[in-house]
Amino acid sequence: MTKIKKILAGTLAVMMASSVMTACGNDDSTSSGGSAGGSNSSDASKKTYNIYCWNDEFKQRFEKYYWEQRDTALWDGVEVNWVINTNTDNVYQTKLDEALSTQATDEMKIDMFLCEADYALKYVDSDASVDVKTIGLTDEDMADMYQYTKDVMTDSNGAIKGVSWQATPGLFLYNAVYAREVLGTDDPAEVQEYVKDWDTFTETAAKMKEAGIVMVSGFDDTYRCFSNNVSAPWVTDGKITVDPQLKAWVDQTKEYTDNGYNNKTSLWDDAWVAGQKIDGKTFGYFFSTWGIPFTLLPNTLETSVDNGGKEEVGNGGYGEWRACEGPQSYFWGGTWIMGCATSDNVEITKDIMLKMTCDKETMKNITATEQDYTNNKTAIKELIEGGYENPFLGGQDHLSLLTEAAEKVDLSNKLSKYDQACNEKFQGAMKDYFLGNTTYEEALDTFLKNVQEIHGDLTM
Amino acid sequence: MKKKSISYAKWGYFFVLPFFVVYFIFSLIPMLQTFYYSFIDYFVDTSKPPSIFTGEYAVVDNGFCGIENYLDVLGLTEDTAISFIIPLKNTIILWLGGFIPQIIFSLLLAVWFTDIRLKIKAQGFFKTVIYLPNVIMASAFSLLFYSLFTQGGGIYEIIKSLTGYDVSLINTPTGARTVVGIINFIMWYGNTTIMLMAAIMGIDTSLYESAQIDGANPSQTFWKITIPLIKPILAYVLVTSMIGGLQMYDVPLLIGGPTGGPKTVLATLVKQIQAGRDSNVSKVAALSILIFIVSAILGFITLKLMDDSTKIKKKKVKKVKA
Repeated sequence: MTKIKKILAGTLAVMMASSVMTACGNDDSTSSGGSAGGSNSSDASKKTYNIYCWNDEFKQRFEKYYWEQRDTALWDGVEVNWVINTNTDNVYQTKLDEALSTQATDEMKIDMFLCEADYALKYVDSDASVDVKTIGLTDEDMADMYQYTKDVMTDSNGAIKGVSWQATPGLFLYNAVYAREVLGTDDPAEVQEYVKDWDTFTETAAKMKEAGIVMVSGFDDTYRCFSNNVSAPWVTDGKITVDPQLKAWVDQTKEYTDNGYNNKTSLWDDAWVAGQKIDGKTFGYFFSTWGIPFTLLPNTLETSVDNGGKEEVGNGGYGEWRACEGPQSYFWGGTWIMGCATSDNVEITKDIMLKMTCDKETMKNITATEQDYTNNKTAIKELIEGGYENPFLGGQDHLSLLTEAAEKVDLSNKLSKYDQACNEKFQGAMKDYFLGNTTYEEALDTFLKNVQEIHGDLTM
Repeated sequence: MKKKSISYAKWGYFFVLPFFVVYFIFSLIPMLQTFYYSFIDYFVDTSKPPSIFTGEYAVVDNGFCGIENYLDVLGLTEDTAISFIIPLKNTIILWLGGFIPQIIFSLLLAVWFTDIRLKIKAQGFFKTVIYLPNVIMASAFSLLFYSLFTQGGGIYEIIKSLTGYDVSLINTPTGARTVVGIINFIMWYGNTTIMLMAAIMGIDTSLYESAQIDGANPSQTFWKITIPLIKPILAYVLVTSMIGGLQMYDVPLLIGGPTGGPKTVLATLVKQIQAGRDSNVSKVAALSILIFIVSAILGFITLKLMDDSTKIKKKKVKKVKA
C-alpha cells in the first residue's frame, strides 16, 4: 500500500511540475529578437510549412490536388503543419493575430494563412500579407480569375495580396421530389419561375406549407441573399448602419417564422442538417458553390461515405436535388490564400499558389470531381462546352447558372473589416426577435452590444 | 552557545516557496496590472491585425481616465459595450437555479444517509452514483444536454409530440435558465451531499438519541440539532458555491452560444470578460475588479458567519456557567 502511495505521490509531483513548465513551454522565442523578416528563422522553421486556416476545406483540396504535383525539390524534407481554429466568434482571427504578433521574434515562421471575405480587408491592408507578385505570380497567371476575387484582395496601393481557387456565387438548391409533388415540375427553368423574386418566393412558400413542407429551413438561410445586395458596408467611419436590405431580411424572416414557412432552425444545427435529407420536409437551401460538396451532398446521403455508402443515385437524396438562380443573385464565403510576410518558404508558397489557383487543368479537375466552382473562367468554359453534367443534380449543368451568377458578383463598397462579427451577431441577436422573445429594437441593442464587445471602437 | 533544538521550519518555507513564486508571477502581477489598466482609457482596434514586423497591436491608449471605466461598466454613462449589472443579475439567477434545488436535495440525502434509524443499505453504491456526475466534464455535460434539448433532440421531440409546442426550451429565456440550473444541480449535488454528510456524522449521536427519548420528531431533530451544528459547513458550502457561481462560464456558453442565449439571459460575467478582453481591455479590467470586490465581500461574510457561530457557542457556554 505504501508503495502505491509513493508511486502516486511521485506521479502527482511530476504532473504538477510539468504543468508549471508547460506555461513557459510554448514560448520558443529564445532568439535575440528585434530583427524582422525571415532572417532569424530556424532550420526547424524552414523544414516546416505552417498554414493557418479555420477548417479542413483547403486541407482536403491541398492533399488531393496539390500534393502529388508538388515540386519535390522544394518540398525535400519539408512537412506541412496545419493550425486550424474555428471561425466562429472571431476565434480564428484572434489566434492568427496572436501568432502574427510574435512573428518578429519567433523562430517558427508562419508561411501561409487563409482568409474569408468577411474579414479579408483586415488582412489585405496589413503588413502581414505580401503582394502575390512579390511571391512570383504574374498578371498572366491570374488572367482567368474572376475580377471580384482579385478586387477583394487589392489593397489601397493596388497590390493583390491573395488568390483563391474558388469563386463563390450562390444558387437556390431545391428538393426535386417536393418540386414535382407541389409544383408539378422539377425542371430548373420552370421552378425558377416560382422563385424568381421574393414576392413569388413567398407565394410558393404558402403553397409548400399547405403540403406540409417548409420553404427554407431556418432564419439564416436567406441572409446572404440580402446581405450581399446592401448599398453600403456594415461599418463606415466607425459607425454601424443596418442597411435597408438587412431590415428587409428581418421583416421577411419574421413573416416566414410567424407563418410557419420555415423550421425555426439556425445554420449548421442538427435540425437544419436533418432537413437536407430527401424526406426532410424542407424545400430548398441557399448554397454557394462549396455548399454542395461540403454540406448538402454528405448530409443528404442515406448511408454516409464513412459507413460504406457510395455517392450514387439511390443513396438518399443523391440525384434528387436541382439548382436554380433564386430570387436574388448573391455570393457566400470564399477562401483566399495569402502569403505571410515573414515566411521562410516563399518558393513553396509560389508553387502552391500557381498549382492550386492558376493551373487550368487542376481547376478543371477540381470542378469535375468535387463540384466546387473554381476560379478559372477558361476551365469552367471548357467544361460546359464539353457537355458537363452533374449526377448529384440529376445531370443538370449547374455551371452555366453559376457562371451567370459569378459575373454578377460585385463586392465594391460592400465589405468592411468588421463583417464577421456583424453578420454573426446580427443573425444571433435577431433569432430572439424571430422567436418572439424580444422586440426588434431590443434585438438591435443586443446586436450592438455584442459587436462592441469584440470591436470596442464602434458606435451606431 | 549551541542551539537547543534543530529547527525544521526552514524546510517548511522551502516547500511552500514554489507556490509563492508561481502565485507571484502568474496571479499577483497580472492582478496588479488589471488594477492599473482599469484606470486608463485603453483599447485594441481589433479590425487591424498586429504589425508582423514589430508585433504591436493597434492599441488606442488615451492615458489615465479616473473611474470612467467603472462608470461605463456600471451603466452610468452612455457607453454600454461592457456591462456589469445585467450579467451579474444573470449569473445570480443561474446560480440560484442550481443552488436551491442542490442544497435541498443534498440536505435531504445527507440526513437520510446518516439517520441512525433508517440504516440505508448499499450506501457506498449510492454515494458513488450521486457523485459521478461531478466527474464528467462540464462541457461534455452541457453538450449532451444541448443535443437533447435542441431542435430535433430527444427531449425536444417528446415535448413537441406531447404538447405541440415547437420551440426548443433552450430558445426561451425561462427554459434556458432552467436547463442550465438542472445541469449545475446534477453536477454539484453529489459533492455537497458528501460534504454535508461528513458534517452531520461529526455530530454526537447521543444528542439524537436523547432528543428521541425526550419525544422529538425527525423534523424537530433536523431543525434544532442538525442545522445549528452544521452551520459552519453550510456557510462554507454556500460561499464556495457562490464564488464558483460567479465564475460560471462554460455551461451557459455551450447552451446559449456566443450571443448569450435567448434574451441574453445566459450572458454571465465571465462570458462578458471573455468576449471583451481582446478589444475593450480597460473596461474588462474594471469589470474584473468589480467581480474581485464582490468575491472579497462574499469571503468576508463567510468569515463573519463562521466566527459568529463559534461566538454564539461561547456565549451560551458562558450563560450556562453564570
